[in-house]
Amino acid sequence: MPAVHLWGKNMFQLLAQNVLNALQLGSVYALIALGYTMVYGILTMINFAHGDIFMVGTYLSLAGAVFLLGLPLKLPLVVVFLGAMTFSMLLTALLGVSIERLAYRPLRSAPRVSAVITALGVGLFLENITLGILGPQPLHFPDLIPLTRWEVAGLTFTPLQVLIIVMAAGLMILLDLLVRRTLLGMAMRAIAYNRPIVPLMGVPVDHVISLTFAIGSAIAAAGGLLYGLAYPVLDPLMGVRIGWWAFIAAVVGGIGNIRGAMLGGFILGAVEVFTPLVLPSSTYRDFVAFSLLLVLLIFKPTGILGRPVFERV
Amino acid sequence: MQPILEVTHLSHSFGGLKALTDLSLEIFPGELVGLIGPNGAGKTTVFNLITGVFRISQGRIFFRSENISDWRSHRITAAGIARTFQNIRLFKELSVLDNVRLGAFGQHRYSLLDALRRSRRFTAAEQQVTNQAFALLERFNLTHYAHTPARHLAYGEQRRIEMARALISRPQLLLLDEPAAGMNQSEIEDLIQRVRQIQQDFDLTILLIEHQMRVVVNLCQRLTVLDFGQTIASGTPQEIQRHPKVLEAYLGKDGGLGQEAPEPAEETP
Repeated sequence: MPAVHLWGKNMFQLLAQNVLNALQLGSVYALIALGYTMVYGILTMINFAHGDIFMVGTYLSLAGAVFLLGLPLKLPLVVVFLGAMTFSMLLTALLGVSIERLAYRPLRSAPRVSAVITALGVGLFLENITLGILGPQPLHFPDLIPLTRWEVAGLTFTPLQVLIIVMAAGLMILLDLLVRRTLLGMAMRAIAYNRPIVPLMGVPVDHVISLTFAIGSAIAAAGGLLYGLAYPVLDPLMGVRIGWWAFIAAVVGGIGNIRGAMLGGFILGAVEVFTPLVLPSSTYRDFVAFSLLLVLLIFKPTGILGRPVFERV
Repeated sequence: MQPILEVTHLSHSFGGLKALTDLSLEIFPGELVGLIGPNGAGKTTVFNLITGVFRISQGRIFFRSENISDWRSHRITAAGIARTFQNIRLFKELSVLDNVRLGAFGQHRYSLLDALRRSRRFTAAEQQVTNQAFALLERFNLTHYAHTPARHLAYGEQRRIEMARALISRPQLLLLDEPAAGMNQSEIEDLIQRVRQIQQDFDLTILLIEHQMRVVVNLCQRLTVLDFGQTIASGTPQEIQRHPKVLEAYLGKDGGLGQEAPEPAEETP
């Protein structure tokens, strides 16, 4: 009997520890999924370059961190972290806005499939230009967060884990407030529902679309920094798998729905963490994730929290 | 006195079809002018040209002596021209309050940074918009529905939301596109009262499209009559009612004043 009791307790610890790990990974997926869902919400277009925008954001965070650490100033790590984040978010926002302006806006009245194919092309462009500039060898992300471990009630967690979950939650709450409460957020939602009449409300639609790309890309860059800290090996194709996973997260949660993207991110985090516990190996994780996508598309194509259809205008 | 709106030699075609030919119009501050004409006469096209929904290819439009002919819609709205729609154009999934608040977008400037930091300027601006929206909902008896999605409201109430939404942008010129469409006699009486009241309270100039003669005769000081895109008459309601061309083209042979059937959808944005 004592053995069973012990086994039960270990089981609980194992479960709790993995839930924590799933939360950490899910936070990153959620941050990236937000970019897919915001662009879809406003333009009904999947920005397949978003995973690669995330990749560029991760590299820019690395560049910012390396630059600040290299200064002969002995900056505190907090300053390096915040500096790298600001640098990366601003430049990645600019990248997102430029991509929309140069690649997507000229195609806005073209069939939607043209914009989607262009997005795939933009993704390949970003991957290959990064490969061209930096070469294929992976780069290592410096440690900005102390590597201490805390043990509480048999659970191990690190300052980084706490930082990732808290920062992601903070960004998501901020974005949710922006979209639900402010005039700007209202304009975004209005464009999704009935774009032709939005300019007649005095809303500069192109400006709002640019801002949407800026916000989505900046959040992906923040996700990139957090991801780089947690999984510190960067390569130019890292955005492909993570981009797909975040995309699945957005669709599972209900694409176009901001809270859905958050929920989807956490579900995908759980899929990644729990797959190796249930199935023989972690190589099954993509199989599980895409199966989830397929099953969902059959039984609830609008996702868990999605709205049924967009108003046709 | 300078006209608030001046339209000169405005023409527009859709493909080969001439929707509007050589319209000239002057509206002075404080006036209430009607644009009338039968189905497909090009009335809504005029509104779409004034508000920048269609690009102007021929003719010019001046608002407060400024040439706005190549301005885009959001700039025109922010400059002080608001409109309603013949077929109600609301954001059906958004709440009534949000529909109205959105109308204020052009009047408030704060940067994204302000919004993210929830700065005092930002909070004050948002609060002011919300207060104005509630005041307008009160005026249009919609307070009770503030948080209801617009699509749940009845037709007449939805028309009132459109009017509130137009007014919150603090326009100087208000364009009303068939505000009485689908209304019965007592609702029309109510509407006439309401339009007079808002004109006075908000110090407005109003250009109104209408199909039903009884509405414009009671409300407008001047009328311009369109038929097949051509201006066939303009003058006071009394003059227009007696004008032979109007009687022939607009009222038809067996028609009488105020005997129109409801008009189906015209071209709208």
